Amino acid sequence: MHLKIRKIKDTILKTIIWICGLITIGILAWILTYTIANGISHLSLNFIFSEFKGDKHGIFPMILNTIYIVLLSVVISTPIGIFSAIYLVEYSKPGKMLSMIRFAIETLQGIPSIIYGLFGFIFFVTFMQFSFSLLAGALTLSIMVLPTIIRTTEEALKTVPTSYREGSLALGATKLQTIIKVVLPSAIPGILNSVILSIGRIVGETAAVYLTAGMVTRFPQSIMDSGRTLSVHLYVLANEGLSFEEAFATATILIITVAIINLITGLIAKRISKSTVGS
Amino acid sequence: MSINEITEHPDSNSLKSGLYNKTVKSDVKLKNKIKNNIVEKIIENIFLLSSLISIISLIIITIFIFLNGSAIFFKVGFTDIIFGMEWKPLEGSFGIFPMILASVLVTIGTTIIGVSIGLMTAVLLAEISPKNLSKIIRPAIDLLAGIPSVVYGFFGLIVIVPIIDSKFGGGGNSLLAAIIILGIMILPTIVSISETSIRSVPKEYKEGSLALGASHIETIFKVILPAAKSGIFASIVLAMGRAIGETMAVILVIGNTPQLPNSLFDRARTLTSNIAIEMGYAQGLHQEALFATGVVLFVFIMILNIILNVFIRKAGECT
Repeated sequence: MHLKIRKIKDTILKTIIWICGLITIGILAWILTYTIANGISHLSLNFIFSEFKGDKHGIFPMILNTIYIVLLSVVISTPIGIFSAIYLVEYSKPGKMLSMIRFAIETLQGIPSIIYGLFGFIFFVTFMQFSFSLLAGALTLSIMVLPTIIRTTEEALKTVPTSYREGSLALGATKLQTIIKVVLPSAIPGILNSVILSIGRIVGETAAVYLTAGMVTRFPQSIMDSGRTLSVHLYVLANEGLSFEEAFATATILIITVAIINLITGLIAKRISKSTVGS
Repeated sequence: MSINEITEHPDSNSLKSGLYNKTVKSDVKLKNKIKNNIVEKIIENIFLLSSLISIISLIIITIFIFLNGSAIFFKVGFTDIIFGMEWKPLEGSFGIFPMILASVLVTIGTTIIGVSIGLMTAVLLAEISPKNLSKIIRPAIDLLAGIPSVVYGFFGLIVIVPIIDSKFGGGGNSLLAAIIILGIMILPTIVSISETSIRSVPKEYKEGSLALGASHIETIFKVILPAAKSGIFASIVLAMGRAIGETMAVILVIGNTPQLPNSLFDRARTLTSNIAIEMGYAQGLHQEALFATGVVLFVFIMILNIILNVFIRKAGECT
């Protein structure tokens, strides 16, 4: 009797687990297929490569703005992120300084994007007088993705075996030479991964960009121009409710971008595991 | 680190011996060495400065948000803002209590939906489903974790809001719509972190429990999940942080009326959407009130972060 009750309990719980799993998978598949199915019909070369002016409702300016913001943010945040990670892994000694840096990185990672937007708006747009511009947006996003870059690069540096460092130092190389010629090259896939991850976050960000880069749909002339990124464009289209077809098509492009980014990080991850197994 | 110990060669000794050695050759060597040392020191300091940028950014962010957002608490009154029921910025009432409540309700609702379904999905992927199935599902979940929140918001606007409208009436823009869409949005995060922590539970625990005669399901709920609890809690707190901080997806589905919601089907406005909607045109005291909203949000996030850090530290101790 007791055994029977246990068995029934097990079956019920197992069913619940399967139902929850199927709900997750079902909903997520629904979102993907629904968005893409509705977006793909509106996706044409004309839509992608024409401007947003008059009757033309292309998204080429938004694509360019997104690329500019991604490039600018990556150029600003990658060196800072890599240098900090090198400092944290190779130079820093346990102490107050280290725990303060760690605390700052952890806190920055937890701050929601709207707060970054608010800060970018008051600091870069107003206080530094950049006005709504790609530069203000990129600077704000650079701070936002900095923790991601630092943490992922740190992980990459930590996986480089200590024996590599010891070997290089034993051959008479200085610490800096060891870092530049031995440690960094072995950590390159991981560092690349951190950059690609942060590109994903920048492409998907809306709140922080909307408050700092503005929403102008012209082609950008310089980095001091205001510009609307793809995500902000999707938000505006959805909010105005004028053209859901365009919104679906833009959403599809965003999903494809994320898929490509995931594919690349997946390939890199495979390479990393192969190379570590090889050593 | 290891290099620190290795590189501490007795440089002072080589300096001393250099003084005694009067041949030109070794003099040049010494000069090069000193030059190298200087370059190394300079570059080390560049690395240090780079890592100080995180601290400096955090300080500037905190100062600017608090500087712009705290003055109004003295001008209008702390309780009038935090517990004020009316948000009419142009008429001088800046009560954000309805928004605080909406943010808290959305966060709690999202966490309940996301955690119950997400945790069970993690159990399914880690323990029950065939390996091949998990292999197909995991990349899909990663993909969904990377999709911009505004896409989820758009999906909510097009699909979830009309469903709620047709079933319960009232237009569909509601707390419930926001909870559902955020619950879906945080699923990938909860699933992937919980799955990792379930998988990191030592095999011996499971084997021991099975050997004692417990069934697989009993083992999962009485042994594996309790052992993975700190990782699971961390995923929950992380998901709460995302829910309370999310802006654009919420704006699209919640209706954005700054009033006290009476039920889940009422329109509401969260702290984040308040900032995003009105920041574009706010002036003077109105703008300060939006920064005050930011300060309240900042404090909420800080509390969540502290909780998260405690769990992460505990998780580190356990493994």
